[in-house]
Amino acid sequence: MDHVQLGRIGEEAAVAHLEARGYRIVARNFRCPLGEIDLIAVDGRVTVFVEVKSRSTADFGKPFDAITLLKQHRLTRLATYYLKGKNLLNHPARFDAVSVAVTPDGRVERVELLVDAFPAG
Amino acid sequence: MLARVHSAAVLGLQAYGVDVEVDVGGGLPAFAIVGLPDAAVQESKERVRAAIRNAGYEVPPRKITINLAPADVRKEGPAFDLPMAVGILAATAQLNGGHLDGTLLLGELSLDGRIRPVPGLLAIALAARERGQPALIVPERNAAEAALVEGIDVYPASTLAQVIGHLEGSAPIAPLRRPPPPAAEAPAGDVDFGEVRGQAHARRAMEIAAAGGHNVLLVGPPGSGKTMLARRLPTILPPLSWEEAIDVTRIYSVAGLLPGGSGPVRLRPFRSPHHTTSAAAMIGGGAGARPGEITLAHRGVLFLDELPEFHRDVLEALRQPLEDREVTVARAQLTVTFPAAFMLVGAMNPCPCGHHGDDGADCLCSPPQVARYLGRISGPLLDRFDLHVDVPRVSPADLTAPPVGEPSERIRARVCAAREHQRRRFAGTCACNALMTAKQMRRSCRLAEGPRAFLRTAIERLGLSARGYDRLLRVARTIADLEGAAEFGEAHLAEAMQYRVFDRSLRLSG
Repeated sequence: MDHVQLGRIGEEAAVAHLEARGYRIVARNFRCPLGEIDLIAVDGRVTVFVEVKSRSTADFGKPFDAITLLKQHRLTRLATYYLKGKNLLNHPARFDAVSVAVTPDGRVERVELLVDAFPAG
Repeated sequence: MLARVHSAAVLGLQAYGVDVEVDVGGGLPAFAIVGLPDAAVQESKERVRAAIRNAGYEVPPRKITINLAPADVRKEGPAFDLPMAVGILAATAQLNGGHLDGTLLLGELSLDGRIRPVPGLLAIALAARERGQPALIVPERNAAEAALVEGIDVYPASTLAQVIGHLEGSAPIAPLRRPPPPAAEAPAGDVDFGEVRGQAHARRAMEIAAAGGHNVLLVGPPGSGKTMLARRLPTILPPLSWEEAIDVTRIYSVAGLLPGGSGPVRLRPFRSPHHTTSAAAMIGGGAGARPGEITLAHRGVLFLDELPEFHRDVLEALRQPLEDREVTVARAQLTVTFPAAFMLVGAMNPCPCGHHGDDGADCLCSPPQVARYLGRISGPLLDRFDLHVDVPRVSPADLTAPPVGEPSERIRARVCAAREHQRRRFAGTCACNALMTAKQMRRSCRLAEGPRAFLRTAIERLGLSARGYDRLLRVARTIADLEGAAEFGEAHLAEAMQYRVFDRSLRLSG
């Protein structure tokens, strides 16, 4: 299993998890000149930008720790770009994070959702 | 949604109102504080966030903007934590903000939602009364000082949850009752003049100094009791009046030197800064313009031990506040005036080795060394000491005898009587003889022909300067007041002359 496969398995699991929680997925792998957002969903009236972190080993630390300050800045710019394009800048929005633990043979072990993972910065 | 919470901050000794405006709007979640916050205010974000969560409420993932108005004055310290937290709760409709108008909030939050004390509450309470704010919610630990102010309700709170309960009306906090002003009781200090052995001359000089508000310079060899005498000076000064006590308490409150939960300061301050003290620490100022040692000694005693060892610029900086009884500190950002009505007591050795003129030990210093040492005290500063007092080594007989000096209480009674004479004579225009104007002096220091001739001879013999003459008359006036004498005669003048030793020795050595 390579990291592309791992990512795809994680994302599927995240989507299922979010939909079960009542989120409506509006975009997957939203790409723009600034980069890519894993998932964009709507939770009630709030636009939610979701960063998915998949892990098959604990060798590289906790998944949520991988969302560094630099990545938060990048996601903030991406989110602003998206909201501006949809003319939603003054509407509530937030960042969530999902961590997916996957076993070496590709089985999803655990999915965790972190609501309001970090502020814009 | 927008919420506005009233708070306050202190600049110098004056408080000014600060409005904490909280806007919670759409957009990506963020937390911004504007209105010239310093680092401690910026850190409020984290404390406020944790305190709200731990009080059982939530900080929603919205864009939160907090403005501290007026926006052009630098805001310091963590005292805005509580108003910010309440503002966020009101702006997100987690709290009914209906009662926020007319209430002033202040307090540092701890991560668990407890409210920690903040400095300057008394100054803020005084300003709140002036601005017509009827209610004040403050940290419980130092609510007592705010309660000294009449005409406002002070609500002590120890947790954020308590404040919410109070504002919602579900669990109102009982206002703190104002303590009745205590009668002018005798301050029970932990030192007493009765402990001083020997030194009858110096004790008498301290009594005169206290009676007339005169500055004193104590000169003597090491270990002769100069510090001991100075320490006991506040115990023979008249007790602080209620107004004076509020004055002093306000200064200590702003400086953050009031022990938690204490009432007003009842003892006259005694400040004894080390001789390495910087000019800013002595006079006041620094970042944020804090009161200096001379302001902390307001209505009390400033004691400078080892006077010649102080930096010259520090000593010279004392001259203006000694005349004006206040000091104005100007910085690029702000100008602040602090009160500084203190009695100055200086102590020094007569020479570098300390034994010049000492009967019990030989002085090892050469005359130029002595002259250089004494020269460190500038003439203008020396002039501001009304009494120069020799404090000789204590004799072995006095040292081994049990201390039989008069207790402070008895001396204080005489001092108060003398002050009362002065108060009546000056009819409230001047507190004591040391502060008489030239006109008041002409009126209150009339000399008969006999004493006038005596004084003329003395001036010639001693080579007194015009300023020395002026000081002599003031001290003589105080000595007469201690006796209750309306006129003063040769005896009073003769005693006063003994307290000008330095005029002579300086001339001799210089």
